[in-house]
Amino acid sequence: MRKLFRSSNIVVALGASILLAACAASGTVSGSYGGSSDESAVKELVRNVGDRVFFSTDSAALSSEARSTIMRQADWLKTNSKSLTIEGHADERGTREYNIALGARRANAVKDYMISLGVDGSRLETVSWGKERPVSLCAEDACWSKNRRSVSVIQ
Amino acid sequence: MIKIIMRKMFVVLVVLMAQISISFAQDLLRIDITQGNVDPLPIAINPFQGQDDQPSMIGADIANVVKSDLNRSGLFQSINPAGFIEKDLRVNARPRFGDWRIINTQALVIGKVSNLEDGRISIEFRLWDVVAEQQMMGLQLISTPSNWRWVGHLVADAIYERLTGETGYFDSRIVYVDETGPKNRRVKRLAIMDQDGHNPRLITTGQSLALTPRFSPTAQEITYLSYANRQPRVFLLNIETGQQEIVGDFPGMTFAPRFSPDGQKIIMSLERSGNSNIYTLDLRTRVTRRLTNTLAIDTAPCYAPDGERIVFESDRAGRQQLYVMDADGKNVQRISYGEGRYATPVWSPRGDLIAFTKQIKGRFLIGVMKPDGSGERILTEGYHNEGPAWSPNGRVLTFFREQKGEKAGPGLWTVDVTGYNERPLKTPGFASDPAWSPLIR
Repeated sequence: MRKLFRSSNIVVALGASILLAACAASGTVSGSYGGSSDESAVKELVRNVGDRVFFSTDSAALSSEARSTIMRQADWLKTNSKSLTIEGHADERGTREYNIALGARRANAVKDYMISLGVDGSRLETVSWGKERPVSLCAEDACWSKNRRSVSVIQ
Repeated sequence: MIKIIMRKMFVVLVVLMAQISISFAQDLLRIDITQGNVDPLPIAINPFQGQDDQPSMIGADIANVVKSDLNRSGLFQSINPAGFIEKDLRVNARPRFGDWRIINTQALVIGKVSNLEDGRISIEFRLWDVVAEQQMMGLQLISTPSNWRWVGHLVADAIYERLTGETGYFDSRIVYVDETGPKNRRVKRLAIMDQDGHNPRLITTGQSLALTPRFSPTAQEITYLSYANRQPRVFLLNIETGQQEIVGDFPGMTFAPRFSPDGQKIIMSLERSGNSNIYTLDLRTRVTRRLTNTLAIDTAPCYAPDGERIVFESDRAGRQQLYVMDADGKNVQRISYGEGRYATPVWSPRGDLIAFTKQIKGRFLIGVMKPDGSGERILTEGYHNEGPAWSPNGRVLTFFREQKGEKAGPGLWTVDVTGYNERPLKTPGFASDPAWSPLIR
């Protein structure tokens, strides 16, 4: 279990650096990080808790890494009264309508797991962006795998 | 919202009085378009002459629209006017057929534009079968001069119909998504243009992401997916007034909308708890009806032209496949059984075929199959082809194609239903999600 946690921390750090790179390149990423939340809470969620989980192709199954990130999100929600919007995303290698539905399936998988961990469902919303908001732009799976994601954003 | 003034113009179509004797000949020119890869018919289209048989700017413009429409169809090849031997053609005189046979012309179009006292113009033209030495058609149209492009499309439609026996599609429009900005911050706006790419106009502001626009049967309205207020919902947009309303305002996301053939309903997907099912909304009564009930993704619904059946995609069997059901949701039957994934089905306006996107081995293909799933044919394939839409006569498909790469973006293409005559459709910028208007006649 301890080992598992260590490896997931690496994933979280990676996720955070991708986010920062995207912000540096483009200001704010449209479709994410909206709202009027205070900056320190956003920083905490993004850097320490981990705001995103990744999925394999055409799947909304939660890996053990994904589950430990969601557990940290659930624990963090117990320390404050924030509400989250869980954004579901897909990579570009699918058709538009299906990917919108797939993003919703992914966001709901995260939401359902958080509820199973004791988070009040009324604090969680979901939205799907399909393949419309990639963060990684190369035409290889190295990038596509970063785009198959859910991102939890403070409302 | 940008308003669009619809062209409420008056066009009079009159069959030209036969000042030239017409005999009833057999074996006039005819293009069999069911074959695919036909040799294009050599056609000579003369610049339409002006008053007193003088050259006319507008007459030349109209002839160029006719030429470009017919050439793009792949069924015609216009002959270079530099080679024309007979020069002083008059619309009411018999041409010297020998002069046209020498340069291998089979069909000949001669036209004339004259000014009317009320400021409008009269356009007359005749279509000749050069081999049979017969007139095939003579028509007169009356319009305002500013509508010369529209007149050209009407003339091209008349020639196409006379020579192929099929309904023309040149007087139609395409709605699509105009894309600007980098890939991770794309701005997507609805745009509308003539079917040949002319007169493109943006019809949404770009404030919120706009996707998958589809015409109503009257072509006055568009239903599409908008991310207004960051909530993906199905919207209805009146093209003429610019007025918008949400039609899919349910708890949960609505997407993938299309009109029913009678224009009374919108069929769409509604997502709840991660499952997407198919619903209809009656636009008059506001009654919603659930048509599918699965723990899967059921989406991209599209009615058959008679409104009796619906084709859609579902991953209920594990992967995206195509299904057909009755309009009430009963008698669901899977129709795609090939390798790979099948998506975005669209029923041909003729009713005979269903076009789709197919994904296999990392490639994206556009294909067609019969409504019972038989006779699958692939029309084009490559890195990414998606989202076919039918021309109103069911002969041509438009779709979008993406190239690999960070800086790349999508563009529109057309292909004949036979798989031949694939061509790019020029747009001002990146473009995706095309839908073709019905014919308004």
